[in-house]
Amino acid sequence: MKKLTSSFKNMLISLLSISVFSALTLGSVYTLTKEPIEKSKNAKQENAIKEVLPKFDHLSATEKIPVSAGDTLNVYKAYDKNNVFVGAAVETNSKKGFAGDIKLMVGFDRNGNIINYSVLEQKETPGLGSKMTDWFKTPNGKRDIRGKNPAINNLSVSKDGGEIDAITAATISSRAFLEAVNKAYRAYAGNSNAPKAQDANSGASPISKTEQK
Amino acid sequence: MSNAKFKIILNGLINENPTFVLILGMCPTLATTSSAINGFSMGLATSFVLIGSNVAISLLKNLIPDKVRIPAYVVVIATFVSVVEMFMQAYVPALYASLGIFIPLIVVNCIVLGRAEAFASKNSVFDSALDGIGIGLGFTFALTLLGMVREFLGTGKIFSMSVFPDKYGMLIFILAPGAFIALAYLIAIMNKLRKA
Amino acid sequence: MTYILIFISAVFVNNIVLSQFLGICPFLGVSKKINTALGMSGAVVFVMTISTIFTYVIQKSILEPYHIAFLQTITYILVIAALVQLVEIILKKISPALYQALGVFLPLITTNCTILGVAIMVIQKNFNLLESVVFAISTALGFGLALILFSGIREQLSMVKLPKGMEGTPIALLTAGLLALAFMGFAGIVK
Repeated sequence: MKKLTSSFKNMLISLLSISVFSALTLGSVYTLTKEPIEKSKNAKQENAIKEVLPKFDHLSATEKIPVSAGDTLNVYKAYDKNNVFVGAAVETNSKKGFAGDIKLMVGFDRNGNIINYSVLEQKETPGLGSKMTDWFKTPNGKRDIRGKNPAINNLSVSKDGGEIDAITAATISSRAFLEAVNKAYRAYAGNSNAPKAQDANSGASPISKTEQK
Repeated sequence: MSNAKFKIILNGLINENPTFVLILGMCPTLATTSSAINGFSMGLATSFVLIGSNVAISLLKNLIPDKVRIPAYVVVIATFVSVVEMFMQAYVPALYASLGIFIPLIVVNCIVLGRAEAFASKNSVFDSALDGIGIGLGFTFALTLLGMVREFLGTGKIFSMSVFPDKYGMLIFILAPGAFIALAYLIAIMNKLRKA
Repeated sequence: MTYILIFISAVFVNNIVLSQFLGICPFLGVSKKINTALGMSGAVVFVMTISTIFTYVIQKSILEPYHIAFLQTITYILVIAALVQLVEIILKKISPALYQALGVFLPLITTNCTILGVAIMVIQKNFNLLESVVFAISTALGFGLALILFSGIREQLSMVKLPKGMEGTPIALLTAGLLALAFMGFAGIVK
């Protein structure tokens, strides 16, 4: 076959047909992968919720709880078979990371103690700030935040007078991480199953208990 | 496989290795090689686009008038990149997240457009596919090697397997400056080897 | 205040070349002389600002309302390629002097991954239009800063005797590495 000459008609037809063909391909791949993409996104979240909570039977509908103006966190409340509240997972974040936003899932039991956490997203420096994925659940010195209650314990880095050891050479990342955890607790405390404030000097700022849909 | 065909593959791997010899596609080379596995995956993703676009362009070469060839190639390449992007998002989301913005940026990787223009637009479909495989392998090899070197020096691991405790790792190799420095020495070593 | 933060962050802390690894090809390719580096930087500032505005508007007014965001990559690259051509033609007619200075660099810019990179980044970072423009300009200035500094060093380096294997690309990369190391000193000033 001879090569097409560069006449206006040929150029137009050639480019148009290539574009149409590529649009068709992309459209079909999109419909093909749409479901798996949704699924893998949901799976990630579900796994994170399972990781940070004790065994539970079912979750209630997601509660959206405002923690400050324009900032609303998702709270997933978990119940056992007899519909007894066992704890809640809070999807929280901090914009104060060293390199971009940090997203965490933090689990609290029914008394507000931290059960576990899982890092959903972080872009911190590899080898320094990125250690947050397991630093704060390692029983070593004052690193571990599990079992602590943000209403009673001062969850900030020791440099700022808190009770937690920051990640070596990554104070900014540690501060951002703990900010996210404290924010998560404030959202947790705003949920309808939260323990009534038994601690007056909780340090957590008062928040409205109005739920927002 | 005949000798000549084999040479096409070897050419991409050694004589015209895109990273070490042609010095093309530096952005993903430096950015995605903080670990061996990331470098390897980036190499594979690029290879897929390279083979696909080489074959498609070779098939279409007589249907594309000369004057509009560059935009036509770009559309073909961008289509393959978007396909890779969507499949990765669906089936390997963790990898997709760690390679991030560099997946869509395969579109502007000079290697892909370069091979389309220099090889696929002049050769048969089969040869173009082989060229894609060869260059793809060369790129994957280079990225994996650089990733291994950086991961090893930076954290003491290779493919996430610990070789020495990571507190002795030189973190700088995982960070930006280390990428430049490690690649500089790798190219220097390759230069030396090829001349010897 | 946010704008100043975006500016400092894009120019120094997260310099597009030295810490984000975008635009390495022109960084290595056109950095042998300070003059060409200046020309390239000017062209990048110009094109990046215009293309970011265009792609942003297209994203918000076409791709998102019609749920075809999966066409992002292909749309952006075509818009950028077309835009570069347009800029070239218009510049030639309106300002021959500017065209003289930037002309040769314009075709090279289509494959400069910083342009596409920034267009995608402003969407990922959820910037509004004004923030996007500030981000685009600062990123381009950061690119220019790195490029000009680098070419200054390379002009000096060209007079030095080097081991054979290190000549050319390796020494350039090594220099870039040291420059990146210097830029790491800016880390943490914005937070």
